[in-house]
Amino acid sequence: MIRLFQNRRSWAAPYILFLVLLVVLPLVLIAYYAFTDAAGHFTIANFVQFFTKQEAVNTFIYSIAIAVITTLICLLLGYPAAYIMAMRSFSTPQVMAMLFILPMWINFLLRTIATVELFHMFGIPLGEGALLFGMVYDFLPFMIYPIYNTLQKMDVSLLEAAHDLGANRVQTFTKVVFPLSMPGIYSGIVMVFMPTVSTFAISELLTHNKITLFGSLIQRSFGEGGIAMWNYGAALSLIMLIIIGATSFFGQDDTEAEQKGGLL
Amino acid sequence: MSKQRSLNQIEKRGTASRIAGQAYLWLLLAVLYMPILLIIVFSFTESKVFGNWTGFTFHLYENLFTGWHSNAAVQVDPNLYKSLIYTVVIALSAALLSTMLGTLAAIGIFNLKQRTRKAVTLMNSIPMINPDILTGISLFLLFVFLGISRGFWTVLVAHVVFCTPYVVLSVLPRLQKMNPNIYEAALDLGATPAQALRKVLVPELWPGMISGFILSLTLSIDDFGVTFFTKGSNGLETLSTFIYADARKGGLTPELRPLFSIIFLTMLILLIVINIRAAKQEKK
Repeated sequence: MIRLFQNRRSWAAPYILFLVLLVVLPLVLIAYYAFTDAAGHFTIANFVQFFTKQEAVNTFIYSIAIAVITTLICLLLGYPAAYIMAMRSFSTPQVMAMLFILPMWINFLLRTIATVELFHMFGIPLGEGALLFGMVYDFLPFMIYPIYNTLQKMDVSLLEAAHDLGANRVQTFTKVVFPLSMPGIYSGIVMVFMPTVSTFAISELLTHNKITLFGSLIQRSFGEGGIAMWNYGAALSLIMLIIIGATSFFGQDDTEAEQKGGLL
Repeated sequence: MSKQRSLNQIEKRGTASRIAGQAYLWLLLAVLYMPILLIIVFSFTESKVFGNWTGFTFHLYENLFTGWHSNAAVQVDPNLYKSLIYTVVIALSAALLSTMLGTLAAIGIFNLKQRTRKAVTLMNSIPMINPDILTGISLFLLFVFLGISRGFWTVLVAHVVFCTPYVVLSVLPRLQKMNPNIYEAALDLGATPAQALRKVLVPELWPGMISGFILSLTLSIDDFGVTFFTKGSNGLETLSTFIYADARKGGLTPELRPLFSIIFLTMLILLIVINIRAAKQEKK
């Protein structure tokens, strides 16, 4: 079959060129700028500047902590929701699922601002609590959706088998349902963790710039910092890129797990 | 569907836990939608300060639709309209370009050898995995490196970068389902490759192209991070970056409330249409 299509192989060429020039090269440039100074000479000063500045390192750790906590809250709130929907306690689970997905399609800035206005209206001060609430509010649908998807696709005969073999509901859940939903949990975690760890707008709006996250640190080096800060900003971006890369490897395990699950 | 029903029978869910489950879902939905609903409610009152109800009126809607005019009773920030136009123009152009590039790419990728295909698919997934801030900064550095001044064109290119991978992924499954011989048949019957593409391949791939196009539209309209870093400082704003700047200044322009409500309802209708389409296709 491949031979038949041979002449169309070249149709991918423009896109491959496009990807190399506009996706791969820009990422290489992040590394290039991270390891050079403003004059273009090799240096590790940008990283030294980051690791020796207590404030910057603290911001980095704090951002990861906030992202982890947000992801955990989303998982704790989202899993039961996805489970209930998949178990069809509703006569119209599709409508229900759609209602949960819909907010994913609305600009997160608008949703964040709506939350800010809500806090204003009830006189709740903006700060860490508001930040966590806003992040969970923004990204909860991204946790529910993949978990719901895996649960929904689950083979019912496995549950029947567990039931026939004498497992009670708790055992069926812990031994069958939960392990089978792991791929969904993995993608949910990745889909929530990545945007929360890299955001800069949400934290600025929800805390009125009182709390600085790592993303804001990067954004400021490119914005207000001027050219002098670009190399430093590139170094911070490279650190972020490494975190994202590691997280997506974590996420990739789930496709493997899914395949293995399919084989079983 | 019957599958799900039997799932419930196995579970032998009691009425009490059913009600608790439903209550939990509705509670979550209520919290999720409360800010959105509040904005819609307060789009029907005039007060500058949000949350201050000063009586029902359509004035904000009137202002939104007439405020661009120099004779209008209430002038609305002209940048709001400019950003709206830019958002629409960029979204439509980016979606169109991405759909064309992505469809051609998908056909090419589908016919690549296994190993090359894997490499290209991996590259294709980078813009989807990368958070917007990294895509934005990496492109920003590219434009700086190449000495390209940022503005409309750099934003458009950046949007094509993060939209095209989704088009590729929506077109590829159609290729897998398609009969591989019909393209060859068209060539044997004397069609040129361009004709065969237009008359044979495109009609077959059309549903995938349409979903890719719609997805690109929504992604482009929704984008903030990539636009933020590629728009430069010549005053180009899309709705996202305008809202961000507006919110950072302090109070939100009141006319954004009716605009937000309209966008929300449009999205709602669009999503329902997409879902109905998907459900119909599944039936087929």
